[in-house]
Amino acid sequence: MRDTFVKTLVELAKENKNIELVTGDLGFGVLKPYWEQLPDQFTNAGIAEQNMTSMAAGMALEGKVVFTYSIGNFPTLRCLEQIRNDCAYHHANVKIVCVGGGFVYGALGMSHQATEDIAVLRALPDVVVMAPGDLVEAIECTKALVDYEGTAYLRLGRGGEKRIHDKIDNFEIGKAIKVKDGKKVVLFSTGAIFEEVEKAYDILVEKGYEPAVYTFPTIKPLDVELIQKCSKDFDLIVSCEEHNIVGGFGSAVAEVMAEMKDKKAYLIRAGINDEYGSIVGNQKYLREQYGIAADSIVEKIEKEIDG
Amino acid sequence: MMTMTGEQLAWKIRRHGVEMTHLSCGSHIGAIMSVADIMGVLYAEILNVDSNNPEWEDRDRFILGKGHAGAAVYAALAERGFFDVEELKTHYQNGSRLSGHVSHHLPGVDFSTGSLGHGLPAGVGMAYAAKKDGKKHKVYVVLGDGECDEGSVWEAALFANHFRLNNLVAIIDHNHMQSMDFQENTLEIEDFGMKWKAFGWNVIEIDGNNCDELRSAFKQAEEYAADDNHKPTVIIANTVKGCGVSFMQNDILWHYRFPHDGWEYDQAVTELHKIKPEGIEDIYTPNGIENPKFPMENDDVGNDHTLTYTWNTTYPEKMRRVEAKSGTGEKEHRI
Repeated sequence: MRDTFVKTLVELAKENKNIELVTGDLGFGVLKPYWEQLPDQFTNAGIAEQNMTSMAAGMALEGKVVFTYSIGNFPTLRCLEQIRNDCAYHHANVKIVCVGGGFVYGALGMSHQATEDIAVLRALPDVVVMAPGDLVEAIECTKALVDYEGTAYLRLGRGGEKRIHDKIDNFEIGKAIKVKDGKKVVLFSTGAIFEEVEKAYDILVEKGYEPAVYTFPTIKPLDVELIQKCSKDFDLIVSCEEHNIVGGFGSAVAEVMAEMKDKKAYLIRAGINDEYGSIVGNQKYLREQYGIAADSIVEKIEKEIDG
Repeated sequence: MMTMTGEQLAWKIRRHGVEMTHLSCGSHIGAIMSVADIMGVLYAEILNVDSNNPEWEDRDRFILGKGHAGAAVYAALAERGFFDVEELKTHYQNGSRLSGHVSHHLPGVDFSTGSLGHGLPAGVGMAYAAKKDGKKHKVYVVLGDGECDEGSVWEAALFANHFRLNNLVAIIDHNHMQSMDFQENTLEIEDFGMKWKAFGWNVIEIDGNNCDELRSAFKQAEEYAADDNHKPTVIIANTVKGCGVSFMQNDILWHYRFPHDGWEYDQAVTELHKIKPEGIEDIYTPNGIENPKFPMENDDVGNDHTLTYTWNTTYPEKMRRVEAKSGTGEKEHRI
């Protein structure tokens, strides 16, 4: 997914000389195609995320479209106040890119697991929050963010994500994408956890259920209309995210549903159960350990339906 | 350029500062007074800005990193015609644009600050973008000395040197005091000039409450910018916190306290009138104060109220205590 992002950004930056990519000294190999083809639109700001982020705001206020790039929590939590005061408050055209949302860097330990970023970034006014679920969504998100004038957060997986959509028509920031029609149960997915959701879907279908599936490449602004419609059309909504259960995507869905007078559905949330990753392992292993792999999602749903 | 001199505008900033904090019960008058001469010279004589076209593309950019002295920027902008001087009275008031910390929702303000350590990095971004685009304007950032405790300042200092931002001038209002104590008693910063030098910057040390020294420092910065090294320049402006009003000087109480009705306001205004340059008016008290009140024996004057005045730790190291220094006491540190 990160390679897809870089490839897309290279294409866009060749067309738009105001696009600038600033890295916090990460992206060895990954960013090489960018800096080789667009050396004058690339900066390594060193291991100094606070300066990188304020500086990006300063550059954006001079007319640049600035992408800041790092991994895990470094481009977000490390410099959160710079995002808030310098980027968002000034409506600066800065796109903060995190590679490794969730358990991507699971084996590297807790410091490198980005599992609260959606909640934190979502809480900032005037920040668009996006988490593409596959390579096609990653391309569309990147394109849309170049056109969007303002501060945004782009949460990427690392690599190996499958291509789920053949193509996406009429991609729009703030709009969910229907993947499967269905009855009674609907799965909402954001970000790279989509591969687990897809597997969960297959298992559920095998077991005779007929769930609908939507992906949410945008978490903020949220597709409120769709959530409201699903709350009336379905019995059960299941939100899935590779993120803490507190404050993230599932919470955002819950906020919408809680304020509805007439609804049929109730919500269950699949996410990390408010704990830090004290054990290490690869992404797949950690998803299993923390209850967000396909099997766990299926188990959760069956418990609701059969229970 | 405006018709006022740096000295005249600096005085106006001090007078507005006293009135604004007095009316609003606002804080940070000590910082407003220490930075007044820097702001006065910058806005009267250095910055190439246009009040009729605040967003003019080729204007010099200015950021006040120490956003808590925002009143000094507001006063300078109002005097330079960016908005009505009368609006200064709304400082801190309900519905006002004039927040305690400087806000870009005002014409002439390029960047909002308030949290320390953001101004220099943002200025670095502006200077970097301008340089990439071949623009000729300059970026000026005023920082507090206490602000230099923030690591982000030094991240920006590294970057500015590495990318040879010779279109960037940082001015440090080195008033030797921060929030609770003298700076040397908080986190030892000297030799301050050597630190910047070690980060690759041109360093100019001056008395920052002396407009002539400020003028020649800016001229020197201009020459440095044109030389082949292409280094950024920092002016370490040694100032006195509360400068201009004797009972506020070098007393940390006046980081927080506003001039109350009675002797505090009366004496502040009276002292300012004694140093008022020719050719400008005081719009609040044109003839000074008739029969001003002065402090009585029991009033709290002449104490510095610092942490280490009463904090005596048994920590294994002996914590040294540095008393108030004059604004020019650091000359021996000149490089």
